Amino acid sequence: MWMWVVHRVTGVAIFFFLLVHVLDTSLVRVSPEAYNEVIGSYKTPLYGLVEAGLVAAILLHGFNGLRIIAVDRSTWALRHQRQLVWAVWIAFAVLMVPFLWRHLGHVFGGA
Amino acid sequence: MMTAQPSVRPPRTPSGRTRRNAEKWSWVFMRITGPVLLILIVTHLFINLMTGDGISQIDFAFVAGKWASPLWQVWDLLMLVLALLHGGNGMRLLINDYAHHPWLRKVLHSALGIAVIGIIVLGALVIFSFDPCPVDADPSLLPSFCEDVR
Ligand code: HEM
Ligand code: HEM
Repeated sequence: MWMWVVHRVTGVAIFFFLLVHVLDTSLVRVSPEAYNEVIGSYKTPLYGLVEAGLVAAILLHGFNGLRIIAVDRSTWALRHQRQLVWAVWIAFAVLMVPFLWRHLGHVFGGA
Repeated sequence: MMTAQPSVRPPRTPSGRTRRNAEKWSWVFMRITGPVLLILIVTHLFINLMTGDGISQIDFAFVAGKWASPLWQVWDLLMLVLALLHGGNGMRLLINDYAHHPWLRKVLHSALGIAVIGIIVLGALVIFSFDPCPVDADPSLLPSFCEDVR
């Protein structure tokens, strides 16, 4: 049940991000200055945290999506569905920790 | 595995679509595009946020460098089309679940369709009409290969 809420909320969030993301990328057709200025705001601490949230949303929605597919396809996965929810969170944590380490280093470390 | 069909009461919110199996294809489509998107997007995020200087490296010259390669042009095109169709179909399902007035559904579905098609066309045009070395631009903002082009 909770995973269903997580899946919906992350799916919608990613969708709206994607609409904006294609618009900001399209500024490369306006001028290098326009693109660099807007992308510059993505490097501020606030946006750095938003990007971390976005990556978290992608990983959760993606791994949970694989779990949904597995549970629909195989009775083994259906029987082990509680463990698979754990697997989603563990895979999420295993990728998130090194990601945050490096990404927040770029955002807050100046480099 | 597939034995007798369990009897399930009709869905709370019928989708309104009448073509046979339309919703089955929507279901299959979400399950095919999902795993493909996972690979496309995780790679996109890894290259743009984890390699080199991560988010700090992204500027016009970085994009020009990537789109100089047909691999990343096609990669981004696939990601664009699949993510918008998958996300758009997902949003259509949510509209079916939450918008109960037929007219509201119609308005939201139309807005969604226009947004999805508009963004796919815009994104595809941007990738394939991209000019890495615009003539009147400040040369310091351009990728290094532009020097040879002039
Ligand atoms: C990262 C790889 C992805 C995977 C593996 C994945 C997987 C899935 C699956 C299997 C479903 C169907 C769920 C069901 O029938 O109950 C789904 C639904 C959905 N997805 Fe994705 N998806 C991915 C990426 C995306 C992206 C990039 C977006 C947005 C642009 C998105 C937005 C949605 C939405 C809005 C739904 C509908 C949610 C619902 O009906 O509750 N997904 N996803
Ligand atoms: C904070 C995370 C992200 C950053 C910094 C980022 C950065 C970029 C950059 C620099 C480009 C230009 C070309 C390239 O590098 O390939 C681009 C294009 C693109 N990105 Fe992302 N991206 C992010 C997340 C995402 C996500 C989550 C999605 C999918 C849901 C996505 C989908 C796309 C698409 C479809 C394009 C092509 C746009 C076009 O056709 O004009 N990006 N992104």
